[in-house]
Amino acid sequence: MQGAPPQVTAPRKRRRLTDEVVIDVRDVHVSYDERSILAGINLVAYRGEILVIMGGSGCGKSTLLRSIVGAEEPLKGSVQMLGEEIYKLEEAPLNTLRKRFGILFQSGALYNSMSVGENVALPLREHTDLDDEIIRIMVKMKLELVGLRDFENLRPAQISGGMKKRVGLARALALDPEIIFYDEPGAGLDPVVAGVIDKLIMDLSQKVGVTSIVVTHEMGSAFRIADRMIMLHEGRVVAEGTPEEMRTSTHPLVKQFINGEPDGPIPLRRSRIDYAEDLLA
Amino acid sequence: MKSLLALAGGQVLGLFDYLGGLVLLLWDSLWWMTLGPLRRSGRLRVDETFYQMERLCVRSFWIVSLVIFFVGIILAFQMAYVLRTLGVTEYVANITGVAMTREMAPLLVAMVMTGYAGAAITAEIGTMVVSEEILALETGAMNPVRFLVVPRVLAAMAVMPFVTLVATYIGILGGFFVGNVLLGIEAEKYLNRTLESLKYKDVFTGLVKAEAFGVIVALIACQEGLRVTGGAEGVGRATTNSVVRSIVAIIICDMFFTALFYYML
Repeated sequence: MQGAPPQVTAPRKRRRLTDEVVIDVRDVHVSYDERSILAGINLVAYRGEILVIMGGSGCGKSTLLRSIVGAEEPLKGSVQMLGEEIYKLEEAPLNTLRKRFGILFQSGALYNSMSVGENVALPLREHTDLDDEIIRIMVKMKLELVGLRDFENLRPAQISGGMKKRVGLARALALDPEIIFYDEPGAGLDPVVAGVIDKLIMDLSQKVGVTSIVVTHEMGSAFRIADRMIMLHEGRVVAEGTPEEMRTSTHPLVKQFINGEPDGPIPLRRSRIDYAEDLLA
Repeated sequence: MKSLLALAGGQVLGLFDYLGGLVLLLWDSLWWMTLGPLRRSGRLRVDETFYQMERLCVRSFWIVSLVIFFVGIILAFQMAYVLRTLGVTEYVANITGVAMTREMAPLLVAMVMTGYAGAAITAEIGTMVVSEEILALETGAMNPVRFLVVPRVLAAMAVMPFVTLVATYIGILGGFFVGNVLLGIEAEKYLNRTLESLKYKDVFTGLVKAEAFGVIVALIACQEGLRVTGGAEGVGRATTNSVVRSIVAIIICDMFFTALFYYML
C-alpha cells in the first residue's frame, strides 16, 4: 500500500493530457413518482481515466449509472457516450455501442441457468464469429484475470457472492470494452479480493487505456484508484476534483463524507415531517 | 363518485396497457422468430428452445396423462347418467370422443401447462429481473425477447399440439375404461362408435385451440415475469397473476374459437 500513491500520480498527469471526452452527461433529471432522484447532473469522463462517483446511500449513484448506460431514460437532459446520444439511437446502433462498454453489476447479475464459463463465453458467442476453441481459451484468460480459472464448470449458485462478482467482472471484460462501469465493486468482498479488483481496475486503465466509472462509497478503495472524484448528494454533484483536492476540501459535505463523521450537513434521517409533529399527530 | 370513476378509469387503462403489452410482446416474438434470425445478431437459440420443449413436454407428461384419464372417466359417467334414461348408453363413446377431441383435451392440457409451466416461467424470468440479469442482457446488447421469450413461445407452440393429441388418446381411453369395463359396452363397438363420430375437423379444431392456448400461456407467463417489480414479493404476485390471467384468457379464447368453429366448420 505504501508505494501506491506515486505510481498512480505519474500516469494520471499523462491521462490529463488526453482531453478526449468519452462520456458527457448534461443536466440529467430523473424522478420516480414525483420524487426527484437526479436533479440536474452534469459530468464528463475522459478516455483512460478512473472516475469515482461517491455519495451516501440513496443519493442517486446507481440511478446515475443506469442513466449513463441507457437503462433509465432521463426526464430531461442528455447522455452522450463515445460520441453518440444514447437515448436517440435506434436499436441496431445502440447495440453496437453497448458492445463497447461493460458493466459490473452490484451482485454480479450472472445468468443462473448457465455455468460460470458459459456466462463469460456468452458475449463472445453472441457478438463475435470466434471458434469455440478460441472462445474456450479466452474464457480461461478472462477468468484467470479475476483468479477463478478453476471454477469454470460450476454454476453461479455454487459459488460465493464475492466470486459471483469476480465472474461478473470477467464477463464485463469479455469483449475488451473501452469503458467499464463498476457498481460498488468492493462491496461484500474481503479486503484481499477487494484489493485485487482495485489493482485490476488500475491496470486496465494504465496498461490498456480503459475508462473506468466506479460507483462506490468505500473511501479506502476510492482514494486508491481514483484519478478524479465526483461527490453526489441529493441528486446533485456537490464536489469534483482529484483525490488530493477532495482530501483537502473544506466543503462540509465532502469533509463529513470522507471522514465518516456522524454529525454534519448530511442528514441521517430522511423525513419531511417534523419529528415532534409526527409523534403528536 | 369522482373517485369511483377514477378507479374504473384506472382499471380500464390498466387492462389496455396489459393487452397492449401482450400484443407488442407477440409482435416482437414473431419478428424474432421470422425476420430477426436473418440478421447475424439475431440467431434463434435452438438449444434453449429444445431445453424448454423438454421442460414443457417431458416433465408435464405424467401429470397431464393422469388428469386427462380421470376426466375421461368422469365425462363418461356423467354422460352415461343422462343417456341411460334414454336407453342409449352406448352413445357414451361418441360423446366422450368428440368432447375430448374438440374441447376437453386442449382445455385441460392448457390449464395444467399454466399451473405447471406458466408459473415456473414467470417465477424464473421474474427472478432474473430482480437479480438484474435482464438488465445485464439488455446492456450486453442481447434482446430479452429473443433470448428468453422466443424459445419459450416456440417450445409451447411445438409441444402443445403434440401433448394435446396424446392427451386426447388417453382421455378417450378413460372413457373406454368406463364404457367397456364398467358399463359393459363391447370394446369393438365402443371404438367403432368413437371413430365413426370423429371427423378430421374435430381433430383439427382441437389442435388449433391447443396451439393458441400454448401461445397464450407462454406469452402471459413471460410478460408477467418481465414486468416484475419489487423483489421476491413481486415475483410471488406475478406468479399468481400469471396463472389467474392465463386461465381467464384461455377460457375467453376457447369461447371465441368454439363459437367460430360452430358456425364456420
